[in-house]
Amino acid sequence: MRWTYLKNGETLAFDAAACVDCGACVDVCPHGVFAMDGKKAKLLYRASCMECGACAKNCPAEALSVSPGVGCAAAIIMGKLRGTAPDCGPACCGS
Amino acid sequence: MSGRLMPITASRARRPAPRIEGAYFYRGKRFEPVSPSLKARDRLGSLRMRLGLGRMRYAVPPGLYARGKPGPASPVFVTANYTMSFDALRSALAGLEAWILVLDTKGVNVWCAAGKGSFGTEELLQRIEATRLPDMVDHRELILPQLGAPGVSAPELARRSGFKAVWGPVRAADIGPWLAAGRRKDEAMRTVRFSLPDRLTVALLELVQAWPATLIALGLGSLLALPASSGWAGRAAAWSGLFLGGVLTGTIATPALLPYLPGKAFAVKGATVGAAWALVYGLTGLHFLGDAGPLARVLAVAGGVLATAPVSAFLAMNFTGASTFTCQPGALLEVEKGFGPMLGSAAAGLAALAAAKFLGA
Repeated sequence: MRWTYLKNGETLAFDAAACVDCGACVDVCPHGVFAMDGKKAKLLYRASCMECGACAKNCPAEALSVSPGVGCAAAIIMGKLRGTAPDCGPACCGS
Repeated sequence: MSGRLMPITASRARRPAPRIEGAYFYRGKRFEPVSPSLKARDRLGSLRMRLGLGRMRYAVPPGLYARGKPGPASPVFVTANYTMSFDALRSALAGLEAWILVLDTKGVNVWCAAGKGSFGTEELLQRIEATRLPDMVDHRELILPQLGAPGVSAPELARRSGFKAVWGPVRAADIGPWLAAGRRKDEAMRTVRFSLPDRLTVALLELVQAWPATLIALGLGSLLALPASSGWAGRAAAWSGLFLGGVLTGTIATPALLPYLPGKAFAVKGATVGAAWALVYGLTGLHFLGDAGPLARVLAVAGGVLATAPVSAFLAMNFTGASTFTCQPGALLEVEKGFGPMLGSAAAGLAALAAAKFLGA
């Protein structure tokens, strides 16, 4: 099933002209946001993008950009209380 | 030897990893091959992690491990030093000869560590050097878990170390089928799922971590049941049940029903289930209200709904962190827009409950 969330994929930018046909984005995306369309990658499901940053980090042509971050309300609240960036804290993220 | 828990001091864990008997000497180094089977102790450790017991102390020392008796051409699998990540990988490699390169992620799982950058290009490059991996294998290929991709840049890894990254499946359990399919991932192997069992597994920890809300529910229920005359215990249990239900709707019911609830915001989903619960419970569960007047009764039920819904909403909102598909801007929006209504609803609910008490409920 396709999960979608508020503002999903809004910071994802894809420059199709710069794409070099390597398929890395299709390979690393955990939500099937991209698919190969012949020679080029195609952005299929922007609304499924959780902005993890895997595609941008692994695109050899810098055809992709995204602002990665944790989609965790508790981390955001913790960050606001401490006046810092969203912070997962030491007791989280083990599972 | 398997599954013993020991504190991590500073950044390095110093617990011997689960191994089987018999040393393996290879290119001047001694390895004790890693067992692929999970013992009762390992399973108990996993259960403890799911319940949030001693989560910070469940790590494997980083380094290079041998599964079976690997040689110069054997594949190298990379993982995090969270014991559950390591256990998932070693049990998936049963029957294979392979190297396991464990990165120092401070005891955090692959995906979260990749997001934080500790399962990252720099750590990988350092670990390759520290374990003399280029001298141990003749090939230049690393099999990485797909969920490590937010932290590791394959192009940069190739440029700086000569190692090529191959992105394996999301779940270690799919490694066998993936290898059998000629290292081809189908859609299921590369997609993160969030099925009902997946959601309930992580929801358990939400419930454990909601203990402050549980205490507040019990405290508020005890207060509303005053005076401490005969029947106090029964009334306290009935009132507490209302709010405890809200804790359960936020931590368990909302995750369970997640795809079927209205709205995209987790807080809205949580508020919906919490309000529905409180309404049904208020109309059917608070029997002693029969003695009070109709106004007191209406105020008590409405107050219960207004006070319970935000508790459920807040706890459901925290489930964004355990989910597999939420982005940061969306979670930020929820926190910022949700805070006021939640606080307002809770205040109005408490006021209505106080008024109901005053009127004899």
